[in-house]
Amino acid sequence: MMMNSTLKTLSKPRPGTVITGKWHKNSYRVLRELGSGANGIVYLAQAGGAKVALKISGGTSVASEVNVLKSFAKVRGSISGPSLIDVDDWVRPEGATPFYVMEYIEGPNLLDFIRKNGRAWAEVLILQLLKDLHVLHEHGWVFGDLKPENLIVTGSPPRIRCIDVGGTTVKGRAIKEFTQSYDRGYWELGTRRAEPSYDLFSAAMIMIHIHYGKALVKKEGGIKQLKEIMKEKPELVKFSPVLLKALQGWYHSAEEMRLDMLKTINGMAGITAKPAVHPGNAPMSRREYRKKKRKFEWLETILIVKIVSMIYILYLFGQ
Amino acid sequence: MKTGTLKQILLITDGCSNQGESPIAMAALAREYGITVNVIGVVKHDTIDEKGLEEIEGIANAGGGISQVVYAADLSRTVQMVTRKAMTQTLQGVVNKELRQILGDMKTIEDIPPEKRGEIMEVVDELGETAALEVLILVDTSASMKHKLPTVKEALLDLSLSLSARTGKNRFSLFVFPGKKKDVEKLLDWSPKLEALTSIFPKLVIGGITPTGPAIREATAYFKNTPILRGNLSDDDEQYFEDTV
Repeated sequence: MMMNSTLKTLSKPRPGTVITGKWHKNSYRVLRELGSGANGIVYLAQAGGAKVALKISGGTSVASEVNVLKSFAKVRGSISGPSLIDVDDWVRPEGATPFYVMEYIEGPNLLDFIRKNGRAWAEVLILQLLKDLHVLHEHGWVFGDLKPENLIVTGSPPRIRCIDVGGTTVKGRAIKEFTQSYDRGYWELGTRRAEPSYDLFSAAMIMIHIHYGKALVKKEGGIKQLKEIMKEKPELVKFSPVLLKALQGWYHSAEEMRLDMLKTINGMAGITAKPAVHPGNAPMSRREYRKKKRKFEWLETILIVKIVSMIYILYLFGQ
Repeated sequence: MKTGTLKQILLITDGCSNQGESPIAMAALAREYGITVNVIGVVKHDTIDEKGLEEIEGIANAGGGISQVVYAADLSRTVQMVTRKAMTQTLQGVVNKELRQILGDMKTIEDIPPEKRGEIMEVVDELGETAALEVLILVDTSASMKHKLPTVKEALLDLSLSLSARTGKNRFSLFVFPGKKKDVEKLLDWSPKLEALTSIFPKLVIGGITPTGPAIREATAYFKNTPILRGNLSDDDEQYFEDTV
């Protein structure tokens, strides 16, 4: 019964409605609703002969999400999010509603796929996910709202894809959108600051969800309840060293977690149960050096933006 | 150094006011002081009467804020979303005003082609991350709210957690209405975190009347009369960092 203050005043498009953009004049025929979230509603729509996904939002989230999708496009092929097709305004007598159009990723969500095709897929798909997350993190983003509903398995061979970038946040900022069961803040196991370990916590919770059979509800905060649950299923016992590290934020990168998972599947020993040495104390590897450098470039950009906005605020208050 | 602080009143209630001034007028007054009023209506089942709903929307409209009606179970998620959305909305308003001055006839962000909006949104996002935020939480503790208060407490602790992940500084203050003797009572003075709530909340006395209007008026006055202690705030920086990393 949640109502968006801006969306609720505008009527929803019915199936068959043709949405024509104000700026680019492209038309989309709405087929059905695919899903709705806190920031808007996603529709399946038809443009020419092709099916597309169209997201309508009453707020300012369209511009933010378009920014994310645009920067994903720059590293195409490696990030599994949908590609951006169009951004426009839908003008009705009640007012203009911003919307964007993206690639329609067709397929069941992660849980439905595994229910149908067997749990053997769980490891494969999580490994794929970790690989994608690593690329995403390397490019300065954290996915944020990682949950089974936002993961679609598509194509042949099956490939995991992330939809809904509403929670995707620049590293170092506060996570924009999250879902309790997969949020380390809710479990009292960390902050809501966007860092790779935030996504890895969610990935571990997804893994637990798959094998446990349902989303978990917190009884008490902390790791204890999660540890107990992991003892109940043999698949979780097997992966518990990896999952425990992820849940406690001990992995610095998705790649580390992925390699540990590969080791576990192969029955190899040697997963250290301790947090990894912080990169700051260890000699820097080439990759870390590059990461640092990139981070510096980021800081530079942020600093410039900060200075500009500060001057601007000073100016505002000066009036 | 002077930077802008976003000021919000977050009203958590389950229905209609029945005493004192019109809450809608008081929300409009708060807005005149540069304070945004957001309202969350907490309902049990599908039950909220038309009048209550109208008042909730009316207060948010007049207060330049956002309203949302939710079941108690959805409260945590909603509280943080409403606060964030309202911040973005306020900042966007500021940026729009600026754009009007620069662009003249082009009025708001909607008059700019969608491709160009991204850069403006970047600035809004950045401001939202770094701006100082003051939230005065106003909780309805009339009899019908009694069994919802534990959920309200959880939601507020969760809000504190979410906002402390921001780079910008936060200050929270908590008022309940009706108070023991007055219309409204202060439970928590401006503080960077809401953890202190845990000990305060069980002690709440539940009253029968709902003086929403007077509560908003008092809250507005509290913003006005409190000098903003920027010097003290910057001292908290280090501590913040340690707490949140």
